[in-house]
Amino acid sequence: MKQLTNVIAKGAAAFPFLLFSHFLYAQEAAEEVSSLNLRRGATDISGQVYDLHMLMFFICVGIAVVVFGVMFASMYLHRKSRGAKPANFHENVKVEIAWTVVPFLILIFMAVPAANTLIAMEDVSEADMTVLVTGSQWKWHYKYMDSDVEYYSLLATQREQIENKFEKTDNYLLEVDRPLVIPTGQKVRFLITSDDVIHSWWVPDFAVKKDANPGFINEAWAKVNEPGIYRGQCAELCGKDHGYMPVVVIAKEPAAFEAWMSEQEDIVRQAKEEEQRLLSMNMSMDELMKEGERVYNATCAACHMPNGEGLPGVFPALKGSKLALEDQKGHIEIVLHGKSGTAMQAFNKMLSLKEIAAVVTYERNAWGNNTGDMVQAKDVNDVAMGN
Amino acid sequence: MSQANANNKMVLKLVAIVIGMFGFGFALVPLYDVFCDVTGINGKTENSAAVYQSVEIDESREVTVEFITRTNTGMPWEFRAETQRVKVHPGELNTVSFYVRNPASSNIVAQAIPSVSPGTAALYLNKTECFCFNQQPLDAGSEAYMPMQFYVDPQLPKEITYFTLQYTLYDVTARASDLTTKPNPFMVSGAESGK
Amino acid sequence: MSKATEVISPDSSVHHDEHDHHDHIPKGITRWLFTTNHKDIGTLYLWFAFIMFLVGGAMAMVIRAELFQPGLQIVEPNFFNQMTTVHGLIMVFGAVMPAFTGLANWLVPMMIGAPDMALPRMNNWSFWILPGAFLILLSSLFMEGGGPAFGWTFYAPLSTTYSGDSTALFVFSVHIMGISSIMGAINVIVTIFNMRAPGMTWMKMPLFVWTWLITAFLLIAVMPVLAGAVTMVLTDKFFGTSFFDAAGGGDPVMFQHIFWFFGHPEVYIMILPAFGIISQIVPTFSRKKLFGYASMVYATASIALLSFVVWAHHMFTTGMPVYMEMFFMFATMLISVPTGVKVFNWVATMWRGSLTFEMPMMFAIAFIVLFTIGGLSGLMLAITPVDFQYHDTYFVVAHFHYVLVTGAVFSIMAAVYYWLPKWTGKMYDTALAKWHFWCSLVSVNVLFFPMHFVGLAGMPRRIPDYALQFADFNKWISLGGFAFGLSQLIFLALLIKACRKQGEPVSAQVWDGAEGLEWEIPSPAPYHTFDTPPVVK
Repeated sequence: MKQLTNVIAKGAAAFPFLLFSHFLYAQEAAEEVSSLNLRRGATDISGQVYDLHMLMFFICVGIAVVVFGVMFASMYLHRKSRGAKPANFHENVKVEIAWTVVPFLILIFMAVPAANTLIAMEDVSEADMTVLVTGSQWKWHYKYMDSDVEYYSLLATQREQIENKFEKTDNYLLEVDRPLVIPTGQKVRFLITSDDVIHSWWVPDFAVKKDANPGFINEAWAKVNEPGIYRGQCAELCGKDHGYMPVVVIAKEPAAFEAWMSEQEDIVRQAKEEEQRLLSMNMSMDELMKEGERVYNATCAACHMPNGEGLPGVFPALKGSKLALEDQKGHIEIVLHGKSGTAMQAFNKMLSLKEIAAVVTYERNAWGNNTGDMVQAKDVNDVAMGN
Repeated sequence: MSQANANNKMVLKLVAIVIGMFGFGFALVPLYDVFCDVTGINGKTENSAAVYQSVEIDESREVTVEFITRTNTGMPWEFRAETQRVKVHPGELNTVSFYVRNPASSNIVAQAIPSVSPGTAALYLNKTECFCFNQQPLDAGSEAYMPMQFYVDPQLPKEITYFTLQYTLYDVTARASDLTTKPNPFMVSGAESGK
Repeated sequence: MSKATEVISPDSSVHHDEHDHHDHIPKGITRWLFTTNHKDIGTLYLWFAFIMFLVGGAMAMVIRAELFQPGLQIVEPNFFNQMTTVHGLIMVFGAVMPAFTGLANWLVPMMIGAPDMALPRMNNWSFWILPGAFLILLSSLFMEGGGPAFGWTFYAPLSTTYSGDSTALFVFSVHIMGISSIMGAINVIVTIFNMRAPGMTWMKMPLFVWTWLITAFLLIAVMPVLAGAVTMVLTDKFFGTSFFDAAGGGDPVMFQHIFWFFGHPEVYIMILPAFGIISQIVPTFSRKKLFGYASMVYATASIALLSFVVWAHHMFTTGMPVYMEMFFMFATMLISVPTGVKVFNWVATMWRGSLTFEMPMMFAIAFIVLFTIGGLSGLMLAITPVDFQYHDTYFVVAHFHYVLVTGAVFSIMAAVYYWLPKWTGKMYDTALAKWHFWCSLVSVNVLFFPMHFVGLAGMPRRIPDYALQFADFNKWISLGGFAFGLSQLIFLALLIKACRKQGEPVSAQVWDGAEGLEWEIPSPAPYHTFDTPPVVK
């Protein structure tokens, strides 16, 4: 009878574990993004990490079942109300040695595969290509080290969805305007750094998470097996929009990747030619204000607010500010190069000459600033070149 | 010894520990630097020039060194390495040139901060001449070609065949020393600046 | 602990205090402002801690209300970050640590047969600077630009170059909290070293005294390092130093090394006293001596020592070389051995005992189960390659809330239920207590267990808004949070009733099976106890 109740007690303790593990296996089999568990991911390493995680998990569940089983059994069997009389022992050398040595052995059993996986993960040698990943508040920048192609990657979810004015779409907060594109089957090396505070570049499907430290460079790598879209997020608190700077990586078959790269290189070349053309063009005030408002709301309003009033004590107001009303050259300079020691970043790489001209014009005329100033692409180029 | 006396003696000892640990917290700063110098864990390189004398060149090995240049927020300079990658033999002295241009309307002083990945390779990167050892002033509108001369220590572990050296340029005009009155020796004359 | 508490010449407090001119208990506000009595100061700390627990809890309610649904409904992201930051600071420095200090103040002198703490006036200061510190911290929330918003871990350069002026107030208040903790720790160490009753040798001390002694050493070792770190943040921000600024030759990762050198022992500071409490409660309600007293002491000491060499397991993604990651992985895994030994000892104490399940025992059992779950998720986190997937996700949030809430906080509640009748002389309202326990137990698990899942599924920490696949669990987590918060109001009602001395009178021993000097004196404990030290056999 005692043994039966013992078994029942242990079974009761084990039941939630069985239920739980069923969910995990079911989810894993479905191969979609699980809501309960890590995913197996798209690389050999991420698969090893997943297996290690499951091994650890089951060992921990096993330990819990045994320990709690004994305790729950005792709570039933040794209740005073059941007539239990207290025993007298308070030590047992053999048992104490056993329950020190056995956990130690379990740890060694866990440590061996863990060490092997870790060594494999940190071996960045013999990469096929390199991408420089730069985090800043609050976006990522990608540069292909063997090409001219580089671009910023910003959250693409509409503000109205965040503010609950529009319905949220499927990849809410996990979509960007320009994802990183890499080839499958090749070892891609990621060099990771930051322009301002510490960020962290994380793609769960690659089991890659590495901090982006300002002034320092870190490396990580992934060799993706399956083409697909892989979504991750920034994983280190970096200020107010830490939750709004996702990572999206598209892995393409090598041929498709090559095609994409040449397309991008063409685009870069064309953009350079366009910039040259623009230097002789003049936009009208209307065109400047319209384009300027678009750029302002997409890029500047996050900190300086749509009404230009900023966040007192944190981000300065542009409405009525000295720079916007008087010093046009200083205004252009600060948008181009940012201001060191503050959160104001350089936008010379992110915005085109035309966009900077438009947004500076907008800032100098909106919200009652009304300077009447019109800034053209050539003016911006002059400041950038030091003329 | 009375109770109060015994208590006070103990308090003094404990306060000494507290003060000691406060000092230890600050001592962690130079300790960290020493530890990093010895192990290279944070990828920082030496701040002073190495001496190149009787180093045997290891012709059997080739190591690729990759250069990344970046400018920090608020630093308007153009900054690029003339060569993105060099293949070197450990022990062999190499020179790489870095181009900088100050497009702003004011004189600016820069500090280049190096960072190496993998971090342990930093121990084996010996720079005999580097613009990162000093603050670099550049007049408004001027440009310069700054050399960096280095050799890779043949003791570099065999597994490392490729490492990356990143320079981030910071605007340190506000905290520059008085040496900035001297013109930058690498500067190309200001008249040639512009496109 | 041997049968050490046979008191040969019992304290005179049983009959004499009524006639003793010492026992003129002062009245009014001045009593509380100027008290040097360890019982009064213990009461002050405990009430302060509970108020801070409710304030920090209110901030958690704001966090959970915002996270109830995807999208931004209630607060702006900048304010959300202030809530997570100040919630953490308050819970760590304002609730858990002061509560344990309050328990130390009440219990340590009585448990060792001492009349009071070694330094009663410093004791008063240790307490009274705390409300000041928190007033400063909370007022910073109302500054232009808002309060600290960089997480309780205040990594640079987010906390230096990229923070607002409130950082100065944050630094100042942390310094004051640190001074309070250090003074308290010094007091505990000197008291235990110098004022034990004759016959109370080291290996006869109650486990709660041992764990507080070891905790106090941890405190004096690492709180000064925190003071250093926070000072460096101040000077980097306001005085042009470059400890953590790459431009000036500094290193932001060095901040993390210095902070976590403090931070890891800090979390053991927050759990060792809990271990001591459980080690007092379980033997009482098992009517059986604590199993393995000596190994409990050695295990606690090993945990404390090991806690100094594992700090970088908080930093696995910062870009350390492999051999450093290996070292910290192995060292961290090792801590689970002495911790496991302690859990086994508690279970072995219960085994073949004679168990009853009054409220303190219920909380203690809940602690053993739920803290162990937190410890096991900690073991998973120690494994570096998998930590790359867990780090900075809700999996970590689940882990530390299990060890801190169902661990430390439950142990504090267990302690209050256990010793409250000794302090007030009355049994608390057991019906309210049962409601408090069961509502808390269920809601705390609804609150924190699903965090394991959303963390594994990919939800990062410290975000005010999240992708749609995390929505269902977050809704439940928030509901659990609201329920857990409401459940604490039951506890508040119970405490108010108890302080008004309502309830059945209790005996000196209170609990059948309770052993120790504190159970030899009357309930309520007289204002002054053990003016003459007992002799312990």
